[in-house]
Amino acid sequence: MAIKRESGRGATEIRPMMAKVGVIPNADGSAIFAFGDTVAIAAVYGPRQLHPQHMQDPSTGILRCNYDLLSFSVSDRKKPGPSRRSQEISKVTEWALSPVVDLEGFPNTVIDVQIYILQADAGTRTAGINAASLALAHAGIPMRNLICSISVGKLDKDLVVDVDKSEEDFKGGEGPTDFPIAKIANTDEYTLLQLDGKIQPEVVKKILKIADKACEEVYEVQKKALKEVVQ
Amino acid sequence: MRNEINESHEATEDYGISDEPSKKRKVVVPGEIIVSGEDYLPGEGAHREGENVVASRFGLAEELGKLIKVISIFGAFIPRRGNVVIARVVDLTFHGWLLDIDGASSSFLPIEESPRFISKNDMDQYLGIGDVIAAKIWAVKAKGSDLTLKGKGLGKLEGGFIFRVIPSRVPRVIGREGSMINLIKDKTGCNITVGQNGWIWIKGESIDAEIKARKAIEFVTEKVHVEGLTEKMEAWFDKN
Repeated sequence: MAIKRESGRGATEIRPMMAKVGVIPNADGSAIFAFGDTVAIAAVYGPRQLHPQHMQDPSTGILRCNYDLLSFSVSDRKKPGPSRRSQEISKVTEWALSPVVDLEGFPNTVIDVQIYILQADAGTRTAGINAASLALAHAGIPMRNLICSISVGKLDKDLVVDVDKSEEDFKGGEGPTDFPIAKIANTDEYTLLQLDGKIQPEVVKKILKIADKACEEVYEVQKKALKEVVQ
Repeated sequence: MRNEINESHEATEDYGISDEPSKKRKVVVPGEIIVSGEDYLPGEGAHREGENVVASRFGLAEELGKLIKVISIFGAFIPRRGNVVIARVVDLTFHGWLLDIDGASSSFLPIEESPRFISKNDMDQYLGIGDVIAAKIWAVKAKGSDLTLKGKGLGKLEGGFIFRVIPSRVPRVIGREGSMINLIKDKTGCNITVGQNGWIWIKGESIDAEIKARKAIEFVTEKVHVEGLTEKMEAWFDKN
């Protein structure tokens, strides 16, 4: 291990995770999920009638995600409102979640998923996906399985799990690499693969293997949070 | 009047969570294996994946002999035929009223479905925007559901107040053959109409009685996991 992580974590050690379900009383389903200092909150509304009407699909319901950073979540105030980045992440989150939800029973309806980042310390989209997956389950939406998400990074040549902000901005060696992954729990089906940085093709296989292990840990946290809400 | 309202619940009480003990229940998350074995049959909220019966939603898994089903305990109201709902008038059209039932579809009450003849000119004297009614869903279509006011205990709700509980807990509030709701009605002397969409209307002799009825209903909806709730409810009334 050439490089020591600033936080003192081991290479495959995830930041302490926190998950709680049912945090927003007015939503049909809600959850909060945190990786260390990255905190995401998600609310699910619906199924409900979709407006505008031309977007309605008579064969199935649709999933609509909205991801955004709250203005106080980052050190430089984020200007509120949608941006190029938040629209992109909303879209990839939607794609990451839609393979597991089964909305054919709710034609002409929409399920709205609102994801807000309360605190950002890298890995916000992965925390957002984890929170959204919990919130969808909490809302009683028919789902094939839960979605688990984690980011894997590369510090020079060493692979590390769940990068934080300082590692995401890592300078030196081959430069910073961030590889967010989402997968369907307990399967080999991936619903999100993104890459920011440089990586050798043969390393990708290694990354997926590391991510599989980490996702198992995420899954346990999610499962526990859902079971805790029923007392 | 009170007995009339009771009857409107009867069609719905068997569906979902009931008070019957003896059944095994456990909390499952989507994708979790409930049982393994070829001879089990997946029911509502469950599906088969090879050897296993797997939950397809979050809720309480129940084994009824060989049938496995998952009862959801959170989430929005999905309209079904025959449900009694509490709805609010949002608009008047030439042919009837548009209503908000706080569920997955919009709904419409045709003018012909009111219990007595109403002229198209004075529709708003019978039901105006913002009025709250108890209505029955008689058809669920892709574009929305149709309501009717023909039936016992249905009609405009005047006086009292409405509040919301989680729709999937409504069967618990009603109880087996209306046992729970009848108990609450007897103990508080209030008129109560429970909509399957989670909205509940209470009207009683005094505010105190109404608040007590509301608290009793909220007590029931908080106890998702408890069995033999009717007895617990009786004990709760003795204490309060």
